[in-house]
Amino acid sequence: MSAPTSSTDRTVASAFASARAEGRAALVGYLPAGFPDVQGGIDAMLVMVEAGCDVIEVGLPYSDPVMDGPTIQAAAQQALERGARTDDVLRTVEAVAATGTPTVVMTYWNPVERYGVERFAAGLAAAGGAGLITPDLTPDFAPEWIAAADRHGLDKIFLVAPSSTPARVTMTVRASRGFVYATAVMGVTGARTTTSDLAGPLVARTKQAVAEAGLDLPVGVGLGVGNGDQAAEVASYADAVIVGSAFVRTLLDHPDDRAAGLEALRALTHDLAEGVRRA
Amino acid sequence: MSTTSSPVPPSSGRFDADAQGWFGGPEEGWGGRFMPEALIAALDELTEAWTGAMADPAFVGEFEHVLRDYAGLPSPLFHATRLSEQVGCRVLLKREDLNHTGAHKIRNVLGQALLTKRMGKQRVIAETGAGQHGVASATAAAYFGLDCTVYMGAVDTRRQALNVARMHLLGAEVIPVESGSATLKDAINEALRDWVASVDHTAYLFGTAAGPHPFPSMVRDFTRGIGDESRAQCLEQYGVLPDAIAACVGGGSNAIGLFTAFLDDDVAIYGFEPGGEGVDTPRHAATIHAADRGVLHGARTYVLQDADGQTLESHSISAGLDYPGVGPQHAHLAATGRATYLPVTDDEAMSAMALLSRTEGIIPAIETAHAVAGAIRVGERLAVEKGPEATVLISLSGRGDKDMGTAIEYFGLGETKVDLDDDITEEPVG
Repeated sequence: MSAPTSSTDRTVASAFASARAEGRAALVGYLPAGFPDVQGGIDAMLVMVEAGCDVIEVGLPYSDPVMDGPTIQAAAQQALERGARTDDVLRTVEAVAATGTPTVVMTYWNPVERYGVERFAAGLAAAGGAGLITPDLTPDFAPEWIAAADRHGLDKIFLVAPSSTPARVTMTVRASRGFVYATAVMGVTGARTTTSDLAGPLVARTKQAVAEAGLDLPVGVGLGVGNGDQAAEVASYADAVIVGSAFVRTLLDHPDDRAAGLEALRALTHDLAEGVRRA
Repeated sequence: MSTTSSPVPPSSGRFDADAQGWFGGPEEGWGGRFMPEALIAALDELTEAWTGAMADPAFVGEFEHVLRDYAGLPSPLFHATRLSEQVGCRVLLKREDLNHTGAHKIRNVLGQALLTKRMGKQRVIAETGAGQHGVASATAAAYFGLDCTVYMGAVDTRRQALNVARMHLLGAEVIPVESGSATLKDAINEALRDWVASVDHTAYLFGTAAGPHPFPSMVRDFTRGIGDESRAQCLEQYGVLPDAIAACVGGGSNAIGLFTAFLDDDVAIYGFEPGGEGVDTPRHAATIHAADRGVLHGARTYVLQDADGQTLESHSISAGLDYPGVGPQHAHLAATGRATYLPVTDDEAMSAMALLSRTEGIIPAIETAHAVAGAIRVGERLAVEKGPEATVLISLSGRGDKDMGTAIEYFGLGETKVDLDDDITEEPVG
């Protein structure tokens, strides 16, 4: 394994701090591991790093992804059909984290529980991973994960939603480390033509909860962003813009030409990275 | 008949869930709520509405009224005398197949739809495997004037075309789900996705006693009339409690509905799982018997999964049992040993379907035939141990009309001469 340059270089907090120092939001990019295959996924994520993603989210392909729309599900299913395993996810994390870019895993809970919570946390930390985003695990059902994450110095990125009560926003903020993931729409993942009018108010009350808790915890916004203009809009009020389906779609649109897919991915990343700098 | 289908408020029995939905507490950890944050507020709202409704005599009274006058409950408890002769002891059938829409499912959906009205929502969504829950949901939606969308695996829409037609006639929209294995689990995923986007005006009528809290407990409360009625009817008609009770278990709603009334009695409890082509093959859905602990559709339970926690495709000749998970209270009852879960193969179930048809003039659903097959085994043993006065009570959860396509194919019923006797004759024991 390649050792990361230093532990601070690969934390999510340091990436957000750097972005903030530049007076801009961070760009978080998602792809599922193993898509279009393990090495193809790694290559794609490395392009996203080179072209301006500040944090990489490595998706763990799962058979029953209830929070994902058809685009990400199609990619995850393709990865599974081609034999992607949990160990491949960790291998992908290792390759991406070796660039010094903070790398987190986004996963539904059952694969972690099946792998073994402690074993997964240890494996993720050993691979240089920074933490975990858990779309179907809320803090009140996460004591085992929280304990393992704390033992291994991993970030715990929980989600808030427009429907979250103030009490749940507060609970979620207090349990999170790295950043808080604000789901901007009530719905599943997928690029949308317009951004949500629910995101701004959700970010505002999440930031208020962060301030009341006396924390320094960035708030990222995900679900729906697909181009630089939308990224600029979201970056005007959020600490990070999280993009997934648009990246996946770009690769799905070039099934037979890897080089063209990577070039399109690079162009999209540039557009989004320019967007977060325009806000 | 003095029995009623009276539901009771959520009890604090030793096999019940705690406030977070854990069966056996967080240490044993069956159930819980592994769900996107976006749905937590809705699940909290539902929990509050359900507990409030069950404590409200007006709601309970309206539920009883609609069960009695609309759904035809309580269903009879019937002594299957010719089958009893074959088995060697008394076999009682709780005739849920006689309910409106032909299965126990109507109890659950009338409860949940009534709750939907109480919560002021106008649209319901549901998932369905065999289509019985979809038909029941479409029926309840029509009765209460609600909009209804039903998600159904594309594979199941083909093998249950009759039920698709019934749902359409009842005014429901049926959406075939092509993703994943295109069966029940994928229909649940798709319904959950709909719900995330529509939760402000839509209720999810969950079809079985699985899923995140409060569904396992709420569905049990709405279906527990099966057991409450059975227990009272058995005492009234025969003066004794049964020695054993039996039900088929896919997700497990009819089973938990039967079991609940008997948990504190000295009654043996059996759940029969779909053994498909055999539990030593990959083609089965015997979740408790063969699966491992995991999280599926919002609950920790037994899940058919591979080494990486990816859900495996299950198989059963019965679309209604073809589910790679099981309700978490069943996991708890299995883990504590209070109930026994055993597999029944496709072939055993089909033989029992034919046997019940020939001996009693009752064509059971293939789901139900699993319970019949398993109960015959139990009854034969009881006959040896206790003699002909022993009693086994079966939840006859649904009728087999919807399964005639499968039966025609399996038995070759389209041929001029059909000889089932070699397959179905059970030698009496004891």
